[in-house]
Amino acid sequence: MSAVIQLDALSKDYFTDAGAVSVLKGVSLTISRGEFVAIMGPSGSGKSTLMNILGCLDIPSGGAYRLDGTDIGTLPESELARLRGQVIGFVFQGFNLLPRMSLGNNVALPLVYQHVGKSERLTRAADMLSRVGLGHLVDSLPTRISGGQQQRVAIARALVTRPSLILADEPTGNLDSHTGREIMELFQRINREQGITLVLVTHDMSVARYAQRLVYLKDGVLAYDGPVAEFQGVTA
Amino acid sequence: MIATLLGEAWQAMLANRLRTFLTALGITIGVAAVVLMVAIGQGTQQKVIGTINSMGANLLIVNSASARSGGVRSGMGGMPTLTLGDVAAIHELAPTLYASPISTGFVQLVYGPNNWNTSALGVNTEYLELRDWRVERGRSFSESDISSATRVVILGQKVVENLFDSEDPIGQVIRVKGQPFTVIGVLSQKGQSMDGRDQDDSIIVPVTTAQRQLLGGPFRTAVGMIMVQAESSASLNSLERQITELLRQRHHIREKAENDFGVTNMTSVAETASEVTGMLSLLLGAIASISLFVGGIGIMNIMLVSVTERTREIGIRMAIGADRRTILTQFLLESIIITVTGGVIGILLGAGLATAIGKLAEIPVHVTAQPILLAFGVSVAVGVFFGLYPARKASRLRPIEALRFQ
Ligand SMILES: Nc1ncnc2c1ncn2[C@@H]1O[C@H](COP(=O)(O)OP(=O)(O)OP(=O)(O)O)[C@@H](O)[C@H]1O
Ligand SMILES: [Mg+2]
Repeated sequence: MSAVIQLDALSKDYFTDAGAVSVLKGVSLTISRGEFVAIMGPSGSGKSTLMNILGCLDIPSGGAYRLDGTDIGTLPESELARLRGQVIGFVFQGFNLLPRMSLGNNVALPLVYQHVGKSERLTRAADMLSRVGLGHLVDSLPTRISGGQQQRVAIARALVTRPSLILADEPTGNLDSHTGREIMELFQRINREQGITLVLVTHDMSVARYAQRLVYLKDGVLAYDGPVAEFQGVTA
Repeated sequence: MIATLLGEAWQAMLANRLRTFLTALGITIGVAAVVLMVAIGQGTQQKVIGTINSMGANLLIVNSASARSGGVRSGMGGMPTLTLGDVAAIHELAPTLYASPISTGFVQLVYGPNNWNTSALGVNTEYLELRDWRVERGRSFSESDISSATRVVILGQKVVENLFDSEDPIGQVIRVKGQPFTVIGVLSQKGQSMDGRDQDDSIIVPVTTAQRQLLGGPFRTAVGMIMVQAESSASLNSLERQITELLRQRHHIREKAENDFGVTNMTSVAETASEVTGMLSLLLGAIASISLFVGGIGIMNIMLVSVTERTREIGIRMAIGADRRTILTQFLLESIIITVTGGVIGILLGAGLATAIGKLAEIPVHVTAQPILLAFGVSVAVGVFFGLYPARKASRLRPIEALRFQ
């Protein structure tokens, strides 16, 4: 099994008026192709910080991050943009759809940046929307649909470029438990049927159970890394 | 990709219609002002040059009395020093060229119950050729009219209108300064002269007749000025030197003494006038450009607001694969679309206004392609220049910082 993500003593410091804050303090982690990993941990433990680095939206302060074997610390911004567009699909807690654009165009937008022609963009976007069960809403606006539907659209947008890695930061955080379960079943299907590597952050143990592996982050270090089923909680 | 970005830029502008309109309006006004001002400037230039050229081509004007400033003087101010002998001498110098004396004075005309005050020009038979004037009806002077100083007169259109009701003036006898003159011809319409006088409001008589019958004092023997036409503009300067030399001899002017006459080269006057009015065009255009510049600052302002407002959107686009250059292009396209739209409307508005002003206010305007193309180019440049900073600002954002922006 080849490693998609390889973190070696990864650290991240923020510099604020109050001084430097160490948020990630040496995280080493390897995630293989096709894995489904849940990241948990108390608020402020650095989960989002880690996800943003994994998604090439932010850069680490120290240590190394290899994505598909490439050390992203050495890459220029244009290469990072290419990775975000081709290798990674990011799903946010707040959906982050463009409000004035139809669902079809929202889903097709990543393909614009991959220089895919217009007709192919639209068929692929429509196809992807159908797969998340929203084929009938291609022309609707994001502001006219429910949160659960918006998150499906966001997932469709993340999948449309056929990435090898999906990162989701609290994708069910803004949804009720029923809708959350539907979204998680969708994720599970994507992972099982397409073999896409999946890393998601959650506060909800019932959400984490959809994953195979659980990583527990506490104060910027790993407190647990193992099968979800064997997780017993972390002592303070 | 560019097509898609253009479409998106268009959508973004439509989403903020009023703001886009007001921003574009700044450019519209700026461009319209430039086009209008340059049209007025160029119209003035054309008119001035046209009037100078209408005097006749390749003219030298020799003024009686010194004209140190080089300007055109009527010769009525100082003591006239030129004579018909001078004209004859110039003719001998260059037999193939036209040369005519001109003596002017105001005269009262009477015909039946009508009377009119106008200026009389005493000239020779070559004057009409010199000025490229035509006799519309009747005939011109003959040599014998000049040599025997006959009382014949050729009338300008304005004079005909004021003196005669409907009858044919040819062959009629009018009184000029109380003396009977026979009308032998009528000049065709000519319009205003360079100094704004109505060229149709004058009469022409043989210079000898003018000297003896109409003009008093020194003009009984002298002439006000002499007009000479060179063969080509190239020979003007040497002709000017020759005439100066000739007249210095004839007037017995010593080595170091100043001329008692002045020679004005009308071609160089035309060149100077063209330069001056060209400067006027430039100046008007430059002043109008200020409003274009202000419009550009408006663009920058709005684009900065737009970038700030859409920081999150920029973050989202970056998170799904947009690189910096694409973000830069997107915002640059938006500002270029605004300026080009505003610019095109401004060109139409400016050209329309110029044409309307030309018709209504009788200000000479001349709409040419050059300032229009220039204004179009400038509005694109303004879009790029003032859009570049906000667009760079947008593209320089870190994706995570853009995404966190509230
Ligand atoms: N841009 C920043 N500047 C300074 N400090 C930051 C910045 N972003 C995050 N932090 C700090 O880093 C720490 C970790 O933040 P992070 O968002 O990674 O936590 P989290 O585990 O995702 O929390 P939650 O579960 O609430 O989402 C927090 O203490 C936060 O205040
Ligand atoms: Mg978080």
